Amino acid sequence: MRLAVQGLGFGYPSKAVGRNASFALEAGEVLCLLGPNGSGKTTLFKTILGLLPPQGGTVSLAEQNIANWSHRQIAQVMGYVPQAHTAYFPFTVIETVLMGRTAHMNLFASPSRHDLAVAEQALATLGISHLRDVIYTRTSGGERQLALIARALAQEPRILVMDEPTASLDFGNQMLVLDQIRTLAKTGIGIILSTHDPDHAFLCANRVAMLHEGTLVRLGSPDETITSESLKLLYGIDVNVLEVSAHAGSSGGAVHVCVPTLGAHQTS
Amino acid sequence: MTKRDRQLASAIAPAGATLITWLSGVMLVVLFLGSFMVGKFDISPAQVVSVIYAGVSGGSHNLPPVVDAVIFQIRLPRVIAAMLVGAALAAAGATYQGMFRNPLVSPDILGVSAGAGLGAVLGIFLSLPVVGVQLLAFVFGLGTVFLVYVISRTVRGHDPLLVLVLAGVVMGALAGACISLLKVLADPYDQLPAITFWLLGSLTAVNLHDVASILPLILLGLVPLYLLRWRMNLMSLGDEEAQALGIDAVKIRIVFICAATLITAAAVSISGIIGWVGLMMPHIARMLVGPSFSRLLPVSIMLGGGYLLAVDDLARVMADIEVPLGILTAFLGAPFFLWLLAATRRGWQ
Repeated sequence: MRLAVQGLGFGYPSKAVGRNASFALEAGEVLCLLGPNGSGKTTLFKTILGLLPPQGGTVSLAEQNIANWSHRQIAQVMGYVPQAHTAYFPFTVIETVLMGRTAHMNLFASPSRHDLAVAEQALATLGISHLRDVIYTRTSGGERQLALIARALAQEPRILVMDEPTASLDFGNQMLVLDQIRTLAKTGIGIILSTHDPDHAFLCANRVAMLHEGTLVRLGSPDETITSESLKLLYGIDVNVLEVSAHAGSSGGAVHVCVPTLGAHQTS
Repeated sequence: MTKRDRQLASAIAPAGATLITWLSGVMLVVLFLGSFMVGKFDISPAQVVSVIYAGVSGGSHNLPPVVDAVIFQIRLPRVIAAMLVGAALAAAGATYQGMFRNPLVSPDILGVSAGAGLGAVLGIFLSLPVVGVQLLAFVFGLGTVFLVYVISRTVRGHDPLLVLVLAGVVMGALAGACISLLKVLADPYDQLPAITFWLLGSLTAVNLHDVASILPLILLGLVPLYLLRWRMNLMSLGDEEAQALGIDAVKIRIVFICAATLITAAAVSISGIIGWVGLMMPHIARMLVGPSFSRLLPVSIMLGGGYLLAVDDLARVMADIEVPLGILTAFLGAPFFLWLLAATRRGWQ
């Protein structure tokens, strides 16, 4: 399913955050959103998800404007993996993941056998079946993130919106999550995610969008968008984008990595 | 529930949750039967069983009529009222705790008890009959929460939950000030003791008519809570996340507030203000069977009913005069709760 954002203005009733954002996300594509703190990444995501009303412009799914869709209709198509998740009550991981089934359940219903099977399949997909009966609030940051992705997968979404899925994870878990993102995209799910690490975009994204003070300033393949010049604009720091030959012996050829220059403003 | 549903429920429940649910049911039945033996007039377990069996089956028994009268006329209304009020407060507490994402919330968070208190005190001040006092308590309880909700809708630009809670605090304080004013103005020999007694909570004067008048209201409030039990779990995620998962959090919250307020106002209107039950019982239930509302609600109801019944039994026998329930629940609740806080972190994080 194609997600199209056309001339979208986004923000809160009292404060506009961004304007005139246009891009599209095809099925099976990974779009990585880069932007500094406060550039409006989360606000943009919330507007796409219908959690905030658009301030101009449209969000459409399969060429249909979703402005008048109910939360339920949207949730049947788009899964959301929120950022910095705090849980207040000690639900188990399987209960948490089952909550992702709600959009497919009737108003008064509780999860059915089918819902349970889908939720367990989502756990298996992410390789966390062993966490099934663990209390969610007692899992580690990486496990939580995987459980939240599993919850979004339980929605059986065509599009996945992930807000900084690698934030607060250790290096290993970051790569685990990026790996899952690529695997999920291969199943035909369109994925849009935000990250603070441009290297993550090189690793998993087909395309990159750069958000600066509420405006999309770059949109294109990682190689053409992530440059010293664009990173300087975004983050105000000097970065060298280097090409290195990855993992000797593997089929993967050259990869790009970002190497920031520290103290540049003093020495140069 | 069909058998398959039960299997499914136990497939996602924490270990032991089903057993604990059954145990709390058994405890409630034992307390119910045992409470008929509590009081100045001695009644044996065998007498209780045969009188109740005769009453239920429509048959007869060979016991003196006075036993029958004590059980059906005196103790039955009180036992049922205690269970009903306790269950109602615990159900409302479980609802508010889930909705406000805070395990330390009690049913009067939105000012329903303070409002009901003001209504009752006004009724006593105006020398209304008991039914009038109860009616005023009920109407003022509902009205206060309605006002709180209207205020929270007009104040915009803040976290709506926070505004709701703060408006509840403000309206509660305002009702408290009005109560104090009426206490100053009231007749100190006749009305003031009645006011004080009402505000401390008691089931001394309760009769079957009271029970019959609040039972349908409480059931009416419990129905949506049970029907929307799965959605209640999502409310504890916060509005945005719940909406991203496909539920209309704003509308569902209105339903839950109406239901929980109806339940609390109905209970408080016959019992007066009884604290702690609605805070403690859902909390304990959550520690026993986890936070999932389909298990939390019934276990809270059974624990709440059983607990207030036990406390009311204590109030009836511990002294020559009856000790107000609110005093006892506070004396029992406060230290118990402190112990809970110190001894365990299970329950919310």
